[in-house]
Amino acid sequence: MNDKTADKTTDQAQPQKTGAQCVIDGLVEAGCDVLFGYPGGAVLDIFNALYDAPFQFVLTRHEQGAVHMADGYARATGKPGCCLVTSGPGATNTVTGLATAYMDGIPLVCFTGQVALNMIGNDAFQEADVIGITRPVTKHNFLVRDADELPGIIAKAFYIATTGKPGPVVIDIPKNVQKQKTAAQPPKTVSMRAYHPDMPINPAEIAQFADLINRASRPLLYVGGGAVSGGASDVLSALAHKANIPVCTTLMAMGVFSDNDPLSLRMLGMHGSVAANYAVDHCDLLISVGARFDDRVTGKISAFASKATIVHIDIDRSSIGKSVRTDLGVHGYVKPVLEAVLPFVLAADHAEWIEQVQRWKERFPFTYPEQGDVIMPQFVIEQIDAVSKGQAVITTDVGQHQMWATQFFRYTRPRNFISSGGLGTMGFGLPACIGAQFGRKDELMVCITGDGGIQMNFQELVVAVEHQLPIVVVIINNGFLGMVRQWQELFYGRRYSGVMLSQHERAPNEHIPEAKKYLPDFVMMAEAHGACARRVTKPEEVAPALAEAFASRKTWVIECIVSPDANVYPMIPPGSHVAEMINRTV
Amino acid sequence: MKHIINCLVENQPGVLARIVGLISGRGYNIETLNVGPTADPTVSKMTIVVPGDAHVISQVTHQLSKQVDVIEVVNMTNRRHLDRELILLRVASQDHHGRVEVVELASLFNARVVAVQEDSVTVQMVGNQETVADFLRLLKPYEIIDISRSGVIAVGREVIEHERAK
Repeated sequence: MNDKTADKTTDQAQPQKTGAQCVIDGLVEAGCDVLFGYPGGAVLDIFNALYDAPFQFVLTRHEQGAVHMADGYARATGKPGCCLVTSGPGATNTVTGLATAYMDGIPLVCFTGQVALNMIGNDAFQEADVIGITRPVTKHNFLVRDADELPGIIAKAFYIATTGKPGPVVIDIPKNVQKQKTAAQPPKTVSMRAYHPDMPINPAEIAQFADLINRASRPLLYVGGGAVSGGASDVLSALAHKANIPVCTTLMAMGVFSDNDPLSLRMLGMHGSVAANYAVDHCDLLISVGARFDDRVTGKISAFASKATIVHIDIDRSSIGKSVRTDLGVHGYVKPVLEAVLPFVLAADHAEWIEQVQRWKERFPFTYPEQGDVIMPQFVIEQIDAVSKGQAVITTDVGQHQMWATQFFRYTRPRNFISSGGLGTMGFGLPACIGAQFGRKDELMVCITGDGGIQMNFQELVVAVEHQLPIVVVIINNGFLGMVRQWQELFYGRRYSGVMLSQHERAPNEHIPEAKKYLPDFVMMAEAHGACARRVTKPEEVAPALAEAFASRKTWVIECIVSPDANVYPMIPPGSHVAEMINRTV
Repeated sequence: MKHIINCLVENQPGVLARIVGLISGRGYNIETLNVGPTADPTVSKMTIVVPGDAHVISQVTHQLSKQVDVIEVVNMTNRRHLDRELILLRVASQDHHGRVEVVELASLFNARVVAVQEDSVTVQMVGNQETVADFLRLLKPYEIIDISRSGVIAVGREVIEHERAK
């Protein structure tokens, strides 16, 4: 058996070019239209070649920002995100971003500079074992030892990143390889003997799958990120409507099935809708479509969907049966699998089941306590939906505002909710919003963030301002690291430890001499970065501020001072069953 | 239960680290590990012995299979196979009597005495997992000064489909 991949298709007639030029050519070949990055000593040669590149380069203010931007671009467009950083600290700063993309299956290619091959292992200046450090947080990584290999490796990297379950790939390029001359050309096709992402569909599995659907009386579709990356939105909708199957989605799949569809139960899991979680508990067939039974979805594993036969469709064979017993695993891309099963599915009305589910939806909508003069955070999200007429593309950080953003904005299109699901990375929202805007220039991008998360990558605001990006950052400021505070309130006897931002009444060992209102002053901070900014403190100010910002097509920061003690409900406590759900607002 | 997993991988730097990191990163233990080139010099075979229940082993094999550099994963425990391990061990022998006992035991297991020192005997023994365990159990009463084990290696006893296809 021979490796058909031509790592070096050497053609003597071709002019010699440097490894650095190969990187630029490889990016062009892969269809890159924007590269995010930050320079340094070990990538000077690539930046020199980049000067004449035909695609846009975006200089970020931190390498973490570069990876999150590439990630946001990929989530918004479905195309692989690209970034370029230097060796050592530049590369280690990408680790959180790579892990974020890896957990959520987002296609990225990250180029890192490395010290010259003969210096590796010498503790050279700005040297780090990037291959070793990034191995557990990437789908694959490459150390390039010879410029002759580079065109082949770049082609392979994009192929690996975008096929199968997508994921980030790192290419570590030593400085001498960037300078080295080569006549190698990119291969015409990529094929690797040990990597076969294209799974033939097993007709026996499809027949069994169709039979299970046709015999079910209370079927439920549980849809995850695989349906987004697999472009399965339309066929999913066709299947749901043909057999009248209600649909709930994970955080990663918001909008892949419209929240406005009568069959939509919206998000399931810890902070999902009551209807979705009751449906999981009562269904007799659970069809998982590219979801992976995350612990935030299942709660108590042994009690999850305990009355149901479970079908799991996934391109990642290792995901099937990993957390939950699976009665039928269907290995393949979700779109062709659903397309294959659809003709065998009989039309059905499941009237009794639909009626039951409908009653839950009506009885337990997402709701929140009355607001007086104080802005409720949930109200802000509702206003973003109303003022943008549901058209905004939302990115978030992580915590309470993230959950409210799933509950109080209705998503009707895939790729319009961009959030760090698996890793839960604070500081993701703003750079992801910038990356998404570069990918979809005509759309309104809104970053919903908290007073905690926004301070983790605030520096990237400059990038939005200098490129005149019409992104609107809405800071839900409750003065707390809210989700952690919520857990301390509910499960740790209100011992608020390490969650108060610029306030008194902290734990004794956190004492600060003086509490300051509005520290930092987000409005001054935004204006210092060149953005338009406003602070709103009353409910009636929210909609006009949003309307002005959305209409301006400028970079805006709107700080909303919200009720400090609002909590996210419903909540199924970690490791619990739906019966133990806390729902204080009903 | 212990499982013997044979894994064919690209013979490239970094592959071993990726495989070992993948298994240990999930909290699973590797009992023995053996790596060597195959008849095709671009392919290495890794033989990994992992203790664990069916769920753990299924996760390990699926996770290994999805690695970009892993060509094939076979759980040898599920099919007819031969496995062998070589051990070298130095056993203390205070006097003539002790030495005779060790040599006798070794010969029962078809093990060879490969060196004799004033105070010890060095024995080389080859066997499958069970025989090696038996031999070590019977040697318990003696003082084992040093032991080196090659790790388990295994081959299938029947040609399976894809091997024939080659």
